[in-house]
Amino acid sequence: MKFFIALLVMGILTQNFTLAKFLGICPFLGVSKKLNTAVGMSAAVIFVMLIATAVTYPLNILLENNGLAYLQTIVFILVIAALVQMVEIVLKKYVKSLYKALGIYLPLITTNCAVLGVVILNIDYIGDYAAFGFGFGHAMMNAFAAGAGFMLAMVLFAGVRSRLEGADVPKFLEGLPITLIAAAIVSMSFLGFSGLVEGLGLLG
Amino acid sequence: MNPILLAVIIVAGIGILAGLLLAVLSKVMAVPTDEKAAAIEEILPGANCGSCGFSGCAGYAAALSEGKTADTGLCNPGGSEVSAKIAALTGGAAASIEPMTAVVFCRGSSENANKKMKYEGVASCKMAAQLFGGEKSCIYGCVGLGDCARACPYNAITLCNGVAVVNADLCRACKKCIAVCPKKIIGLLPKERANAAVLCKNHDKGASTRKECAAGCIGCTKCVKLCPSGAIAMDNNVAVVDPEKCTSCGACAEGCPTGAIALLKRR
Repeated sequence: MKFFIALLVMGILTQNFTLAKFLGICPFLGVSKKLNTAVGMSAAVIFVMLIATAVTYPLNILLENNGLAYLQTIVFILVIAALVQMVEIVLKKYVKSLYKALGIYLPLITTNCAVLGVVILNIDYIGDYAAFGFGFGHAMMNAFAAGAGFMLAMVLFAGVRSRLEGADVPKFLEGLPITLIAAAIVSMSFLGFSGLVEGLGLLG
Repeated sequence: MNPILLAVIIVAGIGILAGLLLAVLSKVMAVPTDEKAAAIEEILPGANCGSCGFSGCAGYAAALSEGKTADTGLCNPGGSEVSAKIAALTGGAAASIEPMTAVVFCRGSSENANKKMKYEGVASCKMAAQLFGGEKSCIYGCVGLGDCARACPYNAITLCNGVAVVNADLCRACKKCIAVCPKKIIGLLPKERANAAVLCKNHDKGASTRKECAAGCIGCTKCVKLCPSGAIAMDNNVAVVDPEKCTSCGACAEGCPTGAIALLKRR
């Protein structure tokens, strides 16, 4: 139980995928302009991360049993691409407004490194946290935490960007430059969480 | 088994499985597309300005295709040409739309208008207008911070010496600037007919208007008397030209003591 909480805290705060690991920056900058699209995008990413983990975890066992672990990246990307297509079809049918709001960024989840990142990291964690008996349940928890961390970063940053809208920004920093600077500052603020997991004794 | 063959089989197998799954899903979850609406949307200018009264071009296209409206003449930016194309597609009647252009009814440039303060806040008319009505002494005039220029999807508005100016060649009368102007001093005038326009909305009495701006309408009613076709009327201390009656003879513009009347010459 302790380890589950440790994974959650790590994914959301100390090792936040966007702000500490710098994965998934493209949607982070692209879709964080409005709060509702940011939340919709994050929800889609959480969903894709969860099913991607659920599918790739057993696939990895299949690959390793056949001595084909070197095929991880290509197989995982294949699976993620198919899953994203599936999410797109489902969204188009049932949540058309979200489908339109996400636009090009929905197919771009395919190349969202955060999704591939969480899947590959789960495989690494099997070895890293062998002492805690890292298994399928932990992998799913880690995927959810990573997605939730992505959502937290998106929501926080949507707030920051709405403040930027009204700010008097020097001409040469308008648009993307000031957004990147703001992202850097938000990212630095997340450094403050480092050591939280060890401090709480969650990995003891 | 040969490891190379095994790798090929596994990757290909996963690929085929995923492909089949997607093929089945896309059949089951297929969304019926409205081809007529898509064709109409293709014709529309795509500015999503909302001047038709629907939520963007897609909304208008859907309404036309579903028969919610039969009026093909609601698209101002598209004009008669788009209306004729839509009518050919839906079988409705084509409407003729007189091309209009937005006009900023203010001449309070930095030489003409006096300032009551120095504004150094956020460069937005909406915000500046809340602070004692903006930088200029005249509370009716153009704030000059360019909310309309930013709203214009056709880049037709430029800021010229503290006043927004519309380029009639680029303007397509989508009314977006009219909606964002906090002073409500932007209006539509016919594009291809010449006509005179009083470029002032200052409703104060003449003496105070004069103190605020050198090019303001002081309400002297001289143009009303000069106009041979009776196209000018007074509205609360400001002369207003009726573009329907105006013959663009230029008598009012010549006679105006402050130069608030301009003869807008079109092609």
